[in-house]
Amino acid sequence: MAKKFLYINRKAPYGTIYALESLEVVLIGAAFEQDVSLAFIDDGVYQLTAGQDTAGAGMKNFSRTYKALGDFEINKLYVERESLEERGLTLDDLQQITWEDENEDYAEKPSIHLVGRAEMASLIASQDVVLSF
Amino acid sequence: MAQYEAGGVVADHDEEGYLTDITQWTRELGGVIAKAENINMTPEHWEVVDFLREYYEEYQIAPAIRILVKEMKKKFGPEKGDQKALYELFPYGPAKQACKIAGLPKPTGCI
Repeated sequence: MAKKFLYINRKAPYGTIYALESLEVVLIGAAFEQDVSLAFIDDGVYQLTAGQDTAGAGMKNFSRTYKALGDFEINKLYVERESLEERGLTLDDLQQITWEDENEDYAEKPSIHLVGRAEMASLIASQDVVLSF
Repeated sequence: MAQYEAGGVVADHDEEGYLTDITQWTRELGGVIAKAENINMTPEHWEVVDFLREYYEEYQIAPAIRILVKEMKKKFGPEKGDQKALYELFPYGPAKQACKIAGLPKPTGCI
């Protein structure tokens, strides 16, 4: 039976390896067809911002890879509202990430869901496995 | 370090045969890598290789086999988006072998 996996992302995308490592684990883990969700909290919300440019940092810009998550049937990306607000960001500052619903003629649906801090807490509590990056 | 050479381009590859610097890829080089893999490239082979390169360009990753099958099916229909058909083209694993020929890194989620 599929277990509920939650990957929690708390760090900015570059500067440490956590964000990229998390994304790689998520993509590899997708082969096991579990019930996967991703959470973006604190500086982790920066991982999803639109218009990232890593040329100056000399690192690979992997932000576009989040858009492939839908292909891997990972379509529950929970972003904490308070974390966005504390950083002066809104949903409009994030990339549009969608997935195609095969049951509805490949209708494109948003993968990103804004949740409040309290809701995030109960989301975390409801998981079988929580991995923190 | 071992190298591929085609049309004046000399490119390093790792111990598994994947290009060290993916920006060095050319079609000729793809042909040379295919030869090293004992694959005789046909238009069907190139279709897969081109698709992988487009996917990488868009998402910065090479798709796992499961995703490749699904996306090929969506783009080219069920005959080409078929695991068995893809394995006939690339016997040692379509994602792995075709990615190598396409000059891309080993697919993420390749186990």
